[in-house]
Amino acid sequence: MAITPDSSFFEWVIYITRTYWPLFMRGAQVTLIISLTGTIIGFCIGMIIGVIRTIPIDQNTNPIFRFIYKIINIILLIYIEVFRGTPMIVQAMVVFYGVAMVYGIHLSTLFAGIFIVSINTGAYMAEIVRGGILSIDKGQFEAAHSIGMTHAQTMLNIILPQAVRNILPATSNEFVINIKDTSVLNVIGVTELFFMSKSAAGNNFRYFEVFLVTCTIYFIMTFTVTRILRYLEIRLEGPSVYTIHGSQSVPEAQIRIVDREKR
Amino acid sequence: MEKIVEINHLQKIFGRNEVLKDINFSVSKGEVVCIIGASGSGKSTLLRCINLLEYPTAGEILYHGQNILEHKMTTAVYRAKMGMVFQQFNLFNNLNVLQNCMVGQEKVLKRSKAEARKTALEYLELVGMSQFINAKPNQISGGQKQRVAIARALSMEPEALLFDEPTSALDPELVGEVLKVMKALAQSGLTMLVVTHEMAFARDVSHRVVFMDDGVIVEDDKPEVIFNNPRNERTRTFLKRILEK
Ligand SMILES: Nc1ncnc2c1ncn2[C@@H]1O[C@H](COP(=O)(O)OP(=O)(O)O)[C@@H](O)[C@H]1O
Ligand SMILES: [Mg+2]
Repeated sequence: MAITPDSSFFEWVIYITRTYWPLFMRGAQVTLIISLTGTIIGFCIGMIIGVIRTIPIDQNTNPIFRFIYKIINIILLIYIEVFRGTPMIVQAMVVFYGVAMVYGIHLSTLFAGIFIVSINTGAYMAEIVRGGILSIDKGQFEAAHSIGMTHAQTMLNIILPQAVRNILPATSNEFVINIKDTSVLNVIGVTELFFMSKSAAGNNFRYFEVFLVTCTIYFIMTFTVTRILRYLEIRLEGPSVYTIHGSQSVPEAQIRIVDREKR
Repeated sequence: MEKIVEINHLQKIFGRNEVLKDINFSVSKGEVVCIIGASGSGKSTLLRCINLLEYPTAGEILYHGQNILEHKMTTAVYRAKMGMVFQQFNLFNNLNVLQNCMVGQEKVLKRSKAEARKTALEYLELVGMSQFINAKPNQISGGQKQRVAIARALSMEPEALLFDEPTSALDPELVGEVLKVMKALAQSGLTMLVVTHEMAFARDVSHRVVFMDDGVIVEDDKPEVIFNNPRNERTRTFLKRILEK
């Protein structure tokens, strides 16, 4: 069957999907790589900043440390505000062309893409992590301190495991946003899904049909990711039953009790 | 008898609110001391100052004769010697019952996993919670939580155990099981400092009762004296009010 300008809408959609399938797949792959890597690195940046910004400082802290801490905090605050307060599309332009001009280096577009998504996500995650830490009951800190744990031990063993679990939904959300928002990276020539779609559409001027396919691919990606992350969240909540070890009357008995709160 | 903690001229100010005023008292080895007094009189703040969850504004806290406020000892090391049991239990929500009793031993006392496990099981047995080692804190009752919290504190093998209203957040029918454990601990010779509204416990179990009012220690005496013929008018009024209920 030959395709002609008079072919029906469905024929065009099928034709485009068949012809440009490899192109779409390469674009989707780049989109996923950038958004996944960017989210992971952004999460790490957010963790580090969130942890730094919740270090308790009081009148008993060494004044030199207090001063250094204050300066670090101001720098971090500027980073967070600037990257949250400007569009990622503009950040992409500034970073990509700025690096080229100042250092005379041409970043690979893939690297530039991951870099921009990472620091952008990091700025959002920093506040999410900080909120996650602050939302943990003060009693958890006090109990840990009362058995002699230092702040670092408390964070590592008690607070962060709880905080990470609480911020998982927000992190999934960031990942989904990143899958969609990497499309702006086409302005610096990153060959992600939107960029690939544009070149496919440019070949035959079938913008509607091409972008309908693109739309479907984006949706499949975000929907799948949402489902997977939701599954992981449930898994992380742990078993909702526990086992009693040897009841008094029957020492070998193992009774399983269903969690009263999760029922 | 050897004094474990001695407090001299302790003062604590929150903003402009002087919550503790010139507190002087001490706890000796093996003593069970109950602190009673109206809500807001500064009992919790005193307890929290003793294990440095709050930093005193002025005064000294001598631990075996050494002033811990002069940084002779790091705060964390000192705190590990003073166990604390909270009104709201504060079990670690991410850990199960056994892990709650092991984490401090492993991270702070640097005990091996096997050793920590053995000690934890010993104390969980003592409080009657050894069957529940796999349960998470949100799966057990308040009374059970508090017993685990006591086992967690005991697992650190502290020199003294501080209790801040350990039964006040419990349903009335669960108070008994916790008091029973505390009574057994008192009889075993553990040094205990207990803030409580359980007057029967204070009268029957403690060696000394401290009555606090408005940030000062009004009376500090044997339970017979405090309950049968208190010297101070304020003590009398407080006891009359609380015993009438
Ligand atoms: N962190 C704090 N900041 C300001 N005021 C506090 C703080 N903690 C306690 N207070 C005040 O100190 C007083 C004594 O409180 P507290 O020691 O909890 O009394 P109690 O345990 O005897 O009920 C109260 O008036 C309370 O409002
Ligand atoms: Mg109190």
